[in-house]
Amino acid sequence: MTGPLLEIENLRVSFPTPKGRVDVVKGLSFTLGRERLGIVGESGSGKSMTGRAILRLIRRPGRQSADKMIFDGIDLNSLSEKQMRTLRGARISMIMQDPKFSLNPVMTIGAQIAEALKTHERLARRDVKARVLEMLHAVRINDPERVVGLYPHEVSGGMGQRIMIAMMLIPRPDLLIADEPTSALDVSVQAQVLDLIDELVREKGMGLILISHDLNLVARYCDRILVMHAGEVVESCAAADLHKASHPYTRGLLASVPKMEETRDELPVLDRSAWSGT
Amino acid sequence: MATYASGARHLTQSVKSLGGFVVVTLLTFVGLMAITFFIGRVIPIDPVLSVVGDRATQEQYDAAKIAMGLDRPLILQFVSYVGDVFQGNLGQSVSTNRPVADDLARVFPATLEMATLGIMIGVGLGVPLGVWAAARQGTWIDQVIRVFALLGYSVPAFWLGLVGLVVFYANLGWVAGPGRVDIFYDGLVEPVTGLLLVDSAMVGDWDVFWSALDHLILPAAILGFFSLAYIARMTRSFMLDQLGQEYITTARVKGVSEWRVIWTHGFRPIRVPLITVIGLSYAALLEGSVMIETVFSWPGIGNYLTVALLNADMNAVLGATLVIGSVFILINKISDVLYRVLDPRSR
Amino acid sequence: MSTTKDWLLDDSPASRLQANLGSSYRMLRTLMRNPLTVIGALILLVLILAAAFAPWIAPYSPLGQDLGARLLPPSAQHWMGTDELGRDIFSRVIYGARITLMIVALVAVISAPLGLLIGAISGYFGGWTDKALMGVTDVFLSMPKLILALAFVAALGPGIENAIIAIAITSWPAYARIARAETLTFRNSEFISAVRLLGGSHFRIITRHVLPLCTSSMIVRVTLDMAGIILTAAGLGFLGLGAQPPLPEWGAMISRGRTFILDQWWVATMPGFAIILVSLGFCFLGDGLRDALDPKQGGKE
Repeated sequence: MTGPLLEIENLRVSFPTPKGRVDVVKGLSFTLGRERLGIVGESGSGKSMTGRAILRLIRRPGRQSADKMIFDGIDLNSLSEKQMRTLRGARISMIMQDPKFSLNPVMTIGAQIAEALKTHERLARRDVKARVLEMLHAVRINDPERVVGLYPHEVSGGMGQRIMIAMMLIPRPDLLIADEPTSALDVSVQAQVLDLIDELVREKGMGLILISHDLNLVARYCDRILVMHAGEVVESCAAADLHKASHPYTRGLLASVPKMEETRDELPVLDRSAWSGT
Repeated sequence: MATYASGARHLTQSVKSLGGFVVVTLLTFVGLMAITFFIGRVIPIDPVLSVVGDRATQEQYDAAKIAMGLDRPLILQFVSYVGDVFQGNLGQSVSTNRPVADDLARVFPATLEMATLGIMIGVGLGVPLGVWAAARQGTWIDQVIRVFALLGYSVPAFWLGLVGLVVFYANLGWVAGPGRVDIFYDGLVEPVTGLLLVDSAMVGDWDVFWSALDHLILPAAILGFFSLAYIARMTRSFMLDQLGQEYITTARVKGVSEWRVIWTHGFRPIRVPLITVIGLSYAALLEGSVMIETVFSWPGIGNYLTVALLNADMNAVLGATLVIGSVFILINKISDVLYRVLDPRSR
Repeated sequence: MSTTKDWLLDDSPASRLQANLGSSYRMLRTLMRNPLTVIGALILLVLILAAAFAPWIAPYSPLGQDLGARLLPPSAQHWMGTDELGRDIFSRVIYGARITLMIVALVAVISAPLGLLIGAISGYFGGWTDKALMGVTDVFLSMPKLILALAFVAALGPGIENAIIAIAITSWPAYARIARAETLTFRNSEFISAVRLLGGSHFRIITRHVLPLCTSSMIVRVTLDMAGIILTAAGLGFLGLGAQPPLPEWGAMISRGRTFILDQWWVATMPGFAIILVSLGFCFLGDGLRDALDPKQGGKE
């Protein structure tokens, strides 16, 4: 537990277009301890692809490459697909954006959560059930006995996302990637879900990568922040030092966030000429 | 209380949609009868003339015309035609001199037997091939399966039947030739269901059973190939749709094996639409059997139809069209209903 | 070269011409990327050339009999052998391309516009017009096509013209369905209302605005259906209900060769290869067109 949890150097993800291959992630590097890292950027900045690339889940025709991708002393680049699978879910897990699409519509919730557990641990059926109920309880679902028998379309979005969290945390991973975990949810339940993720991550001493377009939210829940723009990291700083950010893109983003107790006639729009090109 | 109310509402909804379904189905049947009736009336051959003969006097001709009810307005003729059809009266066959309905009842099981084995082959091979192609989208395996499936749309059934006979019967001797059973077994088993495999197995006459299977396997396999083509293509496109879904990624994130990702998460949701596809191709096989039966001298409804066509036996042609059309419509509608009943999202 | 390409692929075209050329170029590239599509297009090109230049390509007359050279196996003189009247099968297959092309073209010309019009009217007006037209369409759709065509030919009498009519009668409903579905998607859209506000008549709206928008999915569907049309026509020919002898129609040729299938296999087999090749060509091209024109249906990238 001495070295960093995740070390990434020069990560590239590319997709083909009519004009040839285009890199959507261009040489990303960072290291992560057992801390909470936030990746912020507008849509299309490559932040989601970064999350998937860590799990090596970039599907064809997309391609990924990295000079170095080391998780807890394991070189992810050199693993076979099969070895990678034993890592996915068990050691590195990911919460996806919208529970409406990310939960299997024709499988009961109980079966989907149990599957995450059974894939990695051999357990008696009774133990599996107990662990599932315990986990649902941990994500604040009141009557887990009833919920395990439901189908995803029978629960609300907030509950769906808590089920997703339960499913991803049940094999007790070391690193959790949360890809826009609240952007599909009602504002009223967003904080609940994030608080829940935060609490569970701290409790278990896991690493967290929180991917979001929301600068404030990331600043509140993370220790460190990477700001991505057009596939590159333009800013890397501690969350507390965000107001000292130097890159014009970050400054622009910060300026366009509305604040309480302020009177501005007009919110500034990002002036993209400020950091020329890219 | 709430569940009771929603249950009741659900029930009334089902009854309503069932009622609508029955009406639509009945209308389709009436439409089918309207078409066969229309075809029967626009034929250039005068139906009266074919009964009384060329040398009949005008009086005889008129009398026959009135006796056949052809002097009445078309709409009344149609009503009595529909009445006849519902009573199972499809007229007399000129070539067999028997009621068409009896003929059809006799030949239909042979077609059913062939089409059923055919669909089993088609589903058994088509579904896995389609899933395989989707899982390997864009690779050479996908292309090979694609070409193989497209061949099913491009090869004439009668030609494939002929080539099959030359290769597997004449040259290799792996299967028996045309006909339904070897000639010295013919008529040994009393028809109960009319399905020779079932009848012979029931009385334990295994010689007849094997001989019948020997004759059945090649035409059924060729029919199966055509349904395989359709089923594999549809399976592939359904699967591609599924595999692009977000919850497939979720399953991969969980570390689930690729086999399980494909079969449990990808395939399970498409079982319901596949039932419709299988229903449709089963119906299409009944139609496809016309060509195959002609080539294999298979004593089924397709062969009956083509023989009737060549003899200009219009009652038999229309009767066979009506029966094949009805079965076709019925299978279509049943798979439609099954789809609505089985999809968990519509519950 | 690369500047032309950039101009074509520009994300923000400056003129309508550039936009149109750009989208055609992109489509062509999508089509060319799939080898099967290219093969399909080549096969159809060969078919058209064979039909157009049959007298120059075919080494013999398609009808000229030579009883001294009956049932000869394939050789250097007769690439596909000869039939029971000593006619060169290769020459007959080449001339048969004309018949096939004619059947396919006529069926398409009759049934596609008919279905298009019925579907567009049905979708555009809605209400009872829609219910009545779609009722008839559904009755035809839920009927087995081949059987229906057989019954029609039986009523009309055998012959190639009647076969074409029968096939056309059975194939329009599918097109009506597609045209209706397409029409429904943009029937209430702003640009149709705009034309209506400008005083455009129903006739003008349907012919100038609705129909053109339906054509691309129609072209895909017709191309995909061509194989089925060829097979049905050949089937009718095989049963003796389509083209009559001595016309070198492929299905009828197979029917004649059936008698000799065990000893002189080439008589029946050779025309079959022609049918398969041409049908496959249409399937390949139709598949590729669908992927290029209708991305939501075909292979996702």
